[in-house]
Amino acid sequence: MTEHERRVKAEQRERFDFAVIANWLQPGERVLDLGCGDGRLLRYLDETRDVTGYGVEIDQESVLGCIRNGVDVIQMNIESGLQGFEDHSFDRAIISQALQTMHTTERILSEMLRVAHEAVVSFPNFAYRSNRAAIAAGHMPVSEDLPYDWFDTPNVRFFTIVDFEDLCARLGIEIRERLAFDEAGREVADDPNLNGSLAFYRLGRKS
Amino acid sequence: MSPENSVGLVTPQRVRFDTPLTLKSGAVLPGFELAYESYGTLNADRSNAVLVCHALAGSHHVAGFYADDRENIGWWDNLVGPGKPLDTHRFFVIGVNNLGGCYGSTGPLSIKPETGKRYGADFPLVTVEDWVAAQARLADHLGIDTWAAVLGGSLGGMQALEWSLQFPDRIRHAMVIASAPKLSAQNIAFNEVARQAIISDPDFHGGHYAEHGVLPTRGLRLARMVGHITYLSDSQMAEKFGRQLRHGEHKFSYDVDFEIESYLRYQGNKFAAFFDANTYLMMTKALDYFDPAYAYAGHLPSALARAKARFFVASFSTDWRFAPARSREIVFALLQNGLRVVYAEIDCDAGHDSFLLDDQHYHALLRAYLENIAV
Repeated sequence: MTEHERRVKAEQRERFDFAVIANWLQPGERVLDLGCGDGRLLRYLDETRDVTGYGVEIDQESVLGCIRNGVDVIQMNIESGLQGFEDHSFDRAIISQALQTMHTTERILSEMLRVAHEAVVSFPNFAYRSNRAAIAAGHMPVSEDLPYDWFDTPNVRFFTIVDFEDLCARLGIEIRERLAFDEAGREVADDPNLNGSLAFYRLGRKS
Repeated sequence: MSPENSVGLVTPQRVRFDTPLTLKSGAVLPGFELAYESYGTLNADRSNAVLVCHALAGSHHVAGFYADDRENIGWWDNLVGPGKPLDTHRFFVIGVNNLGGCYGSTGPLSIKPETGKRYGADFPLVTVEDWVAAQARLADHLGIDTWAAVLGGSLGGMQALEWSLQFPDRIRHAMVIASAPKLSAQNIAFNEVARQAIISDPDFHGGHYAEHGVLPTRGLRLARMVGHITYLSDSQMAEKFGRQLRHGEHKFSYDVDFEIESYLRYQGNKFAAFFDANTYLMMTKALDYFDPAYAYAGHLPSALARAKARFFVASFSTDWRFAPARSREIVFALLQNGLRVVYAEIDCDAGHDSFLLDDQHYHALLRAYLENIAV
């Protein structure tokens, strides 16, 4: 694959991710996007769903990217929580393929459900079939949704669909909806922990 | 300085306003003058005007240089000019000396009409709100209904914030840099030490030093030395001066031993040679009084509810005078009002003074934000 092809593919993948999230949002919603990168999800949501909100990001180049993209961004480290953000001040808090890059998983999930009525989470499923095959063959997986070599990855938490759902149960978090997709972007119904490469969740507090 | 990105030769302007201005203190100025400079061209829609507000010791001379004093380069020249982050090809930029200043606007050095003598200590205390009210008169005079942006660092950032509250419909973007929504007790304490240094100078004469033909130079020098300590970061001071000795050995005297002493004395002397002590006192008091939440039982979000502008807020990691947490107070109060805001916390080791430097990332942020402002 050439660099160009790789980029086009990554962009297609990203659009796919964005589209799944956008589908869950109501027009006019107010959202918080954690680990928002250069703000392209927020820009997409604004353009396609009239959804407004703020990004939160620690990386200075990404913050600059947000400003260039006209996206409102707050530079802060969310590992230590979302101090300053009011309870239930957003319709949804989103974390799109960034939860696995952060250490304080439990705190972040709890904080998301403090500041927003619902959380939207997407992450790569480590137990996906091809990842299992890589491990079985003696290697850390490199795949569509885990595209990094082990020595050069921003990911610090490796977990599976089953693991994530266990954690939610332990934290009293209600799973309101789950979608899983394979590497080709097909929705997976059967054994998502084996057949799903990318997982999406809508989460809430148990009432 | 390369002439292709300098605004080049500039000429200060002066404008007189004869409608009385009632100040926040209740005092009334029957009329006043403001000194200002402009860079770039006001467009036909009058939609590209940007006001740059100065901090404690600043002036209307923001960019460029003077024909008779080419070394006197504007204090924010690295920001303002053709092709610079605040691009004078696109924007019509105004710098103004605030009311009570000592660079040409009406202030303690001006002649009081009733007495024919300098105001001196009789010049009424003016506040950030009063400055903004006076700046609005200048905007009227220049035919500017709405600023594309008002920006400033430190005390200048407070003016940008105040603009968004006093004239919510006349400012589209407020750029509040290295600032705070109010001073802390520690901030006020440093200001009070500076004021006492001036007031206790035997040459101060209750502020009427001009009548005695003297200047409270020693007090003003001390005041500036104290100020300078708060402008720099501990780490930068350590890096720049450390314990370096002026004469290579301990002199066992009260003359300059350490380089930092020499630096502070130099800064103090330089400042005391041209700045007016009454203006300095007043500026520090304007800082102390600034507190938009005061009228709202200390609740900043309520105070900012009036604002309509979009905000750019930035702080510097090593600024302990107005630390990042102070900027975050503004950011979250804006957020609670659903206002649009970007907030950057910039890694820079130069402390409070960082806002005047041309740190690459800092300027990239300013450029990116300003480029997206429609004119």
